[in-house]
Amino acid sequence: MLKITGYPDRLSAAAGETVNFMVSLEEGERFDARLVRVIHGDCNPEGPGLKFRHVPSNADGSHPGGPQRIDAGSYMSAPSVPAATGPFTFYTMIWPTLLRLGNQTIAAQWDEASQSGWRVAMEKGGAVSVTLGGPGGVKTLTGSRPMVERQWYALCIHVDPVSGLAVLDQAPVVPYALADDTVSVQAQLVPAAPVPGLAMAGLAMPDGTVGAHFDGKIDGPALIAGRHGPDLHDRMMTRPGDPSLRRAVIAQYDFSKKIDTPEAVDIGPFARHGRLENLPTRGMKGWNWTGESHSWREKPEHYGAVHFHSDDVYDAGWTPSVALELPADLPSGPYALHVSCGPSDREATREDYLSFFVTPPKGAKRGERPRLLFLAPTCSYMAYANHGEHITARGVELQMNRMVHFGHSDLYMYDHPELGGSLYDTHLDGSGVAYSSRLRPILNFTAQYHSWLGGHGSAVYQYNADTHLFDWLEQMGYDYDVITDEDLHEGGLDLLAPYDVVMTGTHPEYHSTRMWDAMKAWIDRGGRLMYMGGNGWYWRVAFSDHYPGAIELRRAEDGIRPWISEPGEYYHSFTGEYGGLWRRIGRAPNVMAGVGFVAQGFDFSSYYRRAPDADNPRAAFIFEGVPDEIIGDFGLVGGGAAGIELDCINTDLGSPPNMLRLATSELHGSMMLLVNEEFGVVPPALGGDQNMQVRADMAFGETPAGGAIFATASIAWCGSLSHNGYDNNVSRITGNVLKRFLDPAPFPTAPLGKDGQA
Amino acid sequence: MVYRITAEADRQHIEEFRANPIAPHSPGLQRMLNIMRTWTGGDQYILIARVEFAEFVIGRMPEHREDPIVVEEDMVFATREEAEWELFCRRWKQHTGESLNMPLKDEA
Repeated sequence: MLKITGYPDRLSAAAGETVNFMVSLEEGERFDARLVRVIHGDCNPEGPGLKFRHVPSNADGSHPGGPQRIDAGSYMSAPSVPAATGPFTFYTMIWPTLLRLGNQTIAAQWDEASQSGWRVAMEKGGAVSVTLGGPGGVKTLTGSRPMVERQWYALCIHVDPVSGLAVLDQAPVVPYALADDTVSVQAQLVPAAPVPGLAMAGLAMPDGTVGAHFDGKIDGPALIAGRHGPDLHDRMMTRPGDPSLRRAVIAQYDFSKKIDTPEAVDIGPFARHGRLENLPTRGMKGWNWTGESHSWREKPEHYGAVHFHSDDVYDAGWTPSVALELPADLPSGPYALHVSCGPSDREATREDYLSFFVTPPKGAKRGERPRLLFLAPTCSYMAYANHGEHITARGVELQMNRMVHFGHSDLYMYDHPELGGSLYDTHLDGSGVAYSSRLRPILNFTAQYHSWLGGHGSAVYQYNADTHLFDWLEQMGYDYDVITDEDLHEGGLDLLAPYDVVMTGTHPEYHSTRMWDAMKAWIDRGGRLMYMGGNGWYWRVAFSDHYPGAIELRRAEDGIRPWISEPGEYYHSFTGEYGGLWRRIGRAPNVMAGVGFVAQGFDFSSYYRRAPDADNPRAAFIFEGVPDEIIGDFGLVGGGAAGIELDCINTDLGSPPNMLRLATSELHGSMMLLVNEEFGVVPPALGGDQNMQVRADMAFGETPAGGAIFATASIAWCGSLSHNGYDNNVSRITGNVLKRFLDPAPFPTAPLGKDGQA
Repeated sequence: MVYRITAEADRQHIEEFRANPIAPHSPGLQRMLNIMRTWTGGDQYILIARVEFAEFVIGRMPEHREDPIVVEEDMVFATREEAEWELFCRRWKQHTGESLNMPLKDEA
């Protein structure tokens, strides 16, 4: 089990800036910290081993610490709603999604410590209850029939806090034959003490946390003075702004307004706006969605629902433990705060590497910096943050073609769902995790993490796989800068402009529109892109000014999807942009990188065989000193350079026609499977042992502005760089390409003669 | 109804798996493994690394996360392959009723 963890307040900072680290201890009261340059985070004994370089800083030494916890679960709070002192009626539409758990607050003006006020909740099994509490005690009226999961219901709850009368009406929007889910009951309970503020989908607990969360959608909640029946609810929904209600509305929330914000807008006369905490999912279709429009911007009145989850989390909000002042002369690169609280053993890991990147100074100009830039794929790191499909999904053993690996961090993750999931996971109620934040511990964004997902052997994935490249750059003596995806999103093309060459990570899968535009513009202006992995530029994500540090994903109509967005919910709530695959938006990965995603398989990797284009004079520099027919039949990731996720050239999807297919992988196994966006009719042979589409195309091509693109087309490539003391054909090809790409001489843009000269 | 594993038809695949639990498998062995590994409810077997690359135990992850993972501390494996073989033997018995009383590697 993991005994120490934490996170930085940002993923990148320039030398001289301060980064705050939040640390939590599971045992002990102190921890040691030190700043390290991360060189190689893979502990596979077959490889170079762990490599870190200590950098003296003010963080060196012992620090006080203790346990810090995450209060997960989204909810709405509207503190300005006055206490109920007279009869009122609460209306809402509701779509419950987790009936197997009880004690789920739908709405309340309730003080848990004194057990007073009123509270509408869902009990285990799906029955709605109304509880009143005050000096006379606590009594509950429970609906006689449960709701059905994932069905819309209209709730009409009348409460007279003075007399203690409670009336509960529950009606399904869609009636089903033989279903018995309509409720109309009432009871004399006890007078309810006045409690100000309105809480929905969560309840303040005496210990300061918020608990008793609701899982499901809530649409159009309203508090109306007086006793009313379901008929008024019908009128309110069909006649928005009914003037007859103006004198009776206490608060009426329209979640279709300000969808891109945390605000819950009260459209009633008192403007008792609420706030949605911990990032519940917005832009959700409501009870009245017809399919007429699929965009919440076009038809907001159909998107009045918020989907709350008991395991939503945005900002862990921990107290800073270390304020690290980055030395003024600290070179740009990958770094971590190494924190430890004792020696690790077979039962516990007592150290962690809290990763971040040091960027060049702001406003860096061409000529002042190294000419090589590593674009740290932090959107992808965030998309995979606390990737827990091995916990939240089943079938992982099938996909991995071997047992599902759990290290100490995975055991900790299992016990701590409040860490929040990745964009691959589902919430406890089975709905997809659409947001991921970096403001929380990310257990797999760290050196030493051995993933359940990476190929057999090192089993590194995302960040730790990228340390293979950090190590190679260090070993080869290259000076380079680093910026992150988030930096690129915020700074745009200006941040790329000083550099001749950009190297990607092994799996740069997730990109915002601004990131995509900036990278394409840089390439179109003569940049040289070294795409060092596979499955790049695949999903579109969105950032939000309202939620710094978070990204949003909609797993729309195509692609490898561990969960699938509901029809009608393909548009990002953060931006209103259509989400999903870049390919389905008309910008296939091939347009950017010359190759695009074609297959995935996680058991073992294979090798490349030299292709005829390797002998093209345009590619001579790439194969200098590499006469080999077979390339990369070795490596730490699955035993070969071609594995995990593969890309290939496809001019139909936008690969430039001048891309050279330098080498192609072969002999993949039956579990290296063609991705589903590649077929309309399901073919009988999806595996690499039978399907010729399943391959990685190592590729090169010049761009019209004198730049160039080189693509390894395989996530496993970088796992082969260190083989044989870094003396191997994968390392040599990478070095040859980088050497030429750093040469300012432009690549030819006119057709070559037979002698290979322009 | 999917393919049903039987001792008579599938015994031929045992040695292939025993020789190399993690490798490209023949179609027949892969089909058998896919069926063995398909989750049909209840606990799911997992591989717990007590010490990465050095010491492993088998665990059983319950259907609901609220329940704790059960760790089988009585059997410790030096390699992933040893654990894979142990699980294969259990599943073979579950599907065929036969016990495979042999180790991953034959004694030299």
